[in-house]
Amino acid sequence: MPEGGTGIGAAVKRVEDKRFLTGRGNYTDDINRPNQTYAYILRSPHAHASINGVDTAAATAAPGVLAVFTGADMETGGLPCGWQVHSKDGSPMHEPVHPPLAKGKVRHVGDPVAVVIAETYAQAKDAAERIVVDYATLPAVVGMNDALSGTTLVHDEIGTNLCYDWEIGDEAQIDEAFAKAHHVTEIDIVNNRLIPNAMEPRAAVGEYDRATDEYTLFTTSQNPHVIRLLMGAFVLSIPEHKLRVVAPDVGGGFGSKIYHYAEEAIVTWAAPRVGRPIKWTAERSESFISDAHGRDHISKAKMAMDSEGKFLALKVETKANMGAYLSTFAPCVPTYLYATLLAGVYSTPLIYCNVKAVFTNTVPVDAYRGAGRPEATYLLERLVAKCAREMGMSQTDIRRANFIPSDAFPYQTPVALQYDSGNYTATLDKAEAAHDVAGFAARKAESEAKGMRRGIGYSTYLEACGIAPSAVVGSLGARAGLYESAEVRVHPTGSVTIFTGSHSHGQGHETTFAQLVSERLGLPMDNIEISHGDTNKVQFGMGTYGSRSLAVGGEAIMKAMDKVVNKAKKIAAHIMEASESDIEFKDGTFTVAGTDRSMAFGEVALAAYVPHNFPHDELEPGLDEKAFYDPLNFTFPGGCHICEVEVDPDTGKVRIDRMTAVDDVGRVINPMIVEGQIHGGLAQGIGQALQEGCVYDEDGQLVTGSYMDYSMPRAEDLPSFSAGTEITLCAHNSLGVKGCGEVGAIGSPPAVINAVVDALWDLGVRDMPMPATSQTVWRAIRAAAPAAAAE
Amino acid sequence: MYDFAYHKPSSVSDAVAARSGAEDGTYVAGGMTLVPTLKQRLAQPSDLIDLGSVSELKGITVSGDTVTIGAMTTHATVANSADVQSVIPALAALAGMIGDPQVRNRGTIGGSVANNDPAADYPAACLALGAIIKTDKREIAADDFFTGMFETALEDGEMIVSVSFPKPQKASYQKFINPASRYALVGVFAAQTGGGARVAVTGAGQDGVFRVPEMESALGANWSPEAVAGVSVDAGTLNADIHASAEYRAHLITVMAKRAVAAAS
Repeated sequence: MPEGGTGIGAAVKRVEDKRFLTGRGNYTDDINRPNQTYAYILRSPHAHASINGVDTAAATAAPGVLAVFTGADMETGGLPCGWQVHSKDGSPMHEPVHPPLAKGKVRHVGDPVAVVIAETYAQAKDAAERIVVDYATLPAVVGMNDALSGTTLVHDEIGTNLCYDWEIGDEAQIDEAFAKAHHVTEIDIVNNRLIPNAMEPRAAVGEYDRATDEYTLFTTSQNPHVIRLLMGAFVLSIPEHKLRVVAPDVGGGFGSKIYHYAEEAIVTWAAPRVGRPIKWTAERSESFISDAHGRDHISKAKMAMDSEGKFLALKVETKANMGAYLSTFAPCVPTYLYATLLAGVYSTPLIYCNVKAVFTNTVPVDAYRGAGRPEATYLLERLVAKCAREMGMSQTDIRRANFIPSDAFPYQTPVALQYDSGNYTATLDKAEAAHDVAGFAARKAESEAKGMRRGIGYSTYLEACGIAPSAVVGSLGARAGLYESAEVRVHPTGSVTIFTGSHSHGQGHETTFAQLVSERLGLPMDNIEISHGDTNKVQFGMGTYGSRSLAVGGEAIMKAMDKVVNKAKKIAAHIMEASESDIEFKDGTFTVAGTDRSMAFGEVALAAYVPHNFPHDELEPGLDEKAFYDPLNFTFPGGCHICEVEVDPDTGKVRIDRMTAVDDVGRVINPMIVEGQIHGGLAQGIGQALQEGCVYDEDGQLVTGSYMDYSMPRAEDLPSFSAGTEITLCAHNSLGVKGCGEVGAIGSPPAVINAVVDALWDLGVRDMPMPATSQTVWRAIRAAAPAAAAE
Repeated sequence: MYDFAYHKPSSVSDAVAARSGAEDGTYVAGGMTLVPTLKQRLAQPSDLIDLGSVSELKGITVSGDTVTIGAMTTHATVANSADVQSVIPALAALAGMIGDPQVRNRGTIGGSVANNDPAADYPAACLALGAIIKTDKREIAADDFFTGMFETALEDGEMIVSVSFPKPQKASYQKFINPASRYALVGVFAAQTGGGARVAVTGAGQDGVFRVPEMESALGANWSPEAVAGVSVDAGTLNADIHASAEYRAHLITVMAKRAVAAAS
């Protein structure tokens, strides 16, 4: 490791923060192209309506307007879905056409209807007010139960609002196990719908070069190569070599910037038609009605147990909201990223899950930080807490009794996944010690003396990330592979540029990836540049989501560096007239073993580019290597989150007093960045548990359409976190890394809600929905009071 | 935002003249409500008369037992004023609870009072302390000023110059925030004043801020949390939204009133 410590395990300060914190980031909206114009998207104010006509004449004649386009003008492909799920009867999911600009019908508030392109944004917006859309409003279908039972169809041509009816496991076998159980615990669970709210709203700049017939799209994306593929191949028919997609600095994604959105296609398609570059930037209100939402499940679950509280079988029935159209990853979220996680950390031998995916007149729903795994974890950990109550066991005893033992790995679950490593007892022990669980009783007594209620809640969770082996996901319906690529370009003087297909939008890749290089090649951070986000620079990439950047993208970098070192050793052996097998490479120096002969990394690099003394018969000049890495398995981070709350019974207000997270994220490259990821994830998980809830009214209007009504967690809503790690290494990648981006949001919500239920247990409260706002808690206390009095 | 003519007068008289000369003009103080309204194209004034450079509208003076706050004084200035903290600590505390630091450094007392948002904090202080709202034309007692949701006794073009608060014997403002907007879901300002106990409620009323006479008479007889514990406001007169039903707001009014009485200093 170089002096100062910049290798694996060092808490190196984030190199990207200097530009971010001094306002020198280069975000999509910062990009201004010569002769640029501006687009305003006119969106549907109705949740469901037929479009009988769109009169754009007055808008087209408005000052500054260059063009107005509607769905009738835009004869392109629809926005594609990247995953095909099959129903249990073998039929493929229903896959409605998703035109970038609505054709004939609008299906959610915010559905794009027309685009106005003008010299200024204000002119475009002014002109849009002159567009007359002749809507015939239709009844809206908002709730999933209504969608399945009613007659209103989101897509008439499909004939049903049921997208697919999928299952995993053997239902008959499960039902048999339930019939023999000592006790069955049942629970109804709603996983509340969330609106992502990345700090930077989405934006896109489309440009066309008439001389070369090349298109360029600058966009707020987590995966520019994927956007190039989806938009180029499926929507606009532009071949890859004529389409450049650039995702520059991106201010947060959380999943919402994975997907290919209509606005990207619209500005790219329209650019040659107006003959000038076109910029679109979402207003915050637009983000609420056009960014894919997250979560939104309704489930019934039951656990069969023996007399010792051992889990025998788990049966789950879930309805998952898809919204009005299928967003890029939507179908896989409630199936392969959800039901396959229902074993959690427990050795439950039999699991069955049925998932009905449902179309409604709401914004499309897709992956949001955790994607399926928070929904599985919330269901399972709420259910386990209830099992413990009904079996008269402590919250920890029931977990310890059912944990997969640490010597049972590799462990094959009944729901397809094979876990490679973990030690769930160790994470629970460490979390209990860090939390001072022993002091809980005294703290509870103190709270009660003040008239407050105190409770403690656990979540011992597991997730699957580092997605994913291409052959596996291909067999499950993915229409793409999920490998990652890297290029390590050593320059003649020994500095290095890494080109990675992973995309950094807050994760700190420019630091973490550089630490891998610093460690492996023995270079100072200043000699390493991480380049990402531009399809014209980076060979290929599947992007960043599913906590995959380090476990997949980092491994690709490691593989490419291995190739660099192998070639450099050959060069060094030639120059030092030694056998290649005698060359050792350490701390940036090639040494002939047992001698004082050595060459610095930079000297070898120079020899590769000035190959006067070079093994030309064996090697090509240069030192520049690429690698693609396809992971062997998912990675399986897990951990224990313990939440302690104080509830004011007079107002229902919940205050988190302490929150402890001990997570097994595999090997840690930069502990400061990992801790930051955990903190951010916990904030989002707590936001879901206590504050955030997307509300539509019965007409499909978004009630929580701004920060006046959508409650984002703020620093003052959160406690000071206690975040630690308890590491087992990933068994199937060279770094031993698992992933840390989503664990906070996955593990924490059930810990919070279990704590609130615990706090109010003596008042007769037995259940608590998310978000547990003060009004919700107050109502639960009031509703429980008669029951509690009767007990 | 639609186009408008922008004026930046440096005196009250110039501002009033600009306003009266405009076809459909409006004053802008801190702009904390007006600017978002303009950006959402929900208002289209012909003229904006920015009061930011009218220095005579800024500042805090204490005269005897009266605190007078210029209309263009920001919430942060009030919150941090040693004078306000010393004479009416509950008022300084209230100003420190408004919005967030950005709002407190832009928003003004005059703007808040003139707007009379049903969930704003200052109207509760004005009503409970028996403030006098001074305009370019007259003085209006708080009891006569707040006439309904976003409605006040101000005539067209009339401008608030300052708000004067008499020092109470003791007072406290207890705010239960809307977790999304940070406005008051329910805010109760209780004050023991020379004219007796006064209790004002914001955030809850269908017609905006209001007093609770039953609580005031109970406190007149016995200034204690127990005195108001049994008094509840009729939920039928209260707001309901996704954050709080009318019943929950009615319940919170009693809880916050008890806490305000207990905390009054």
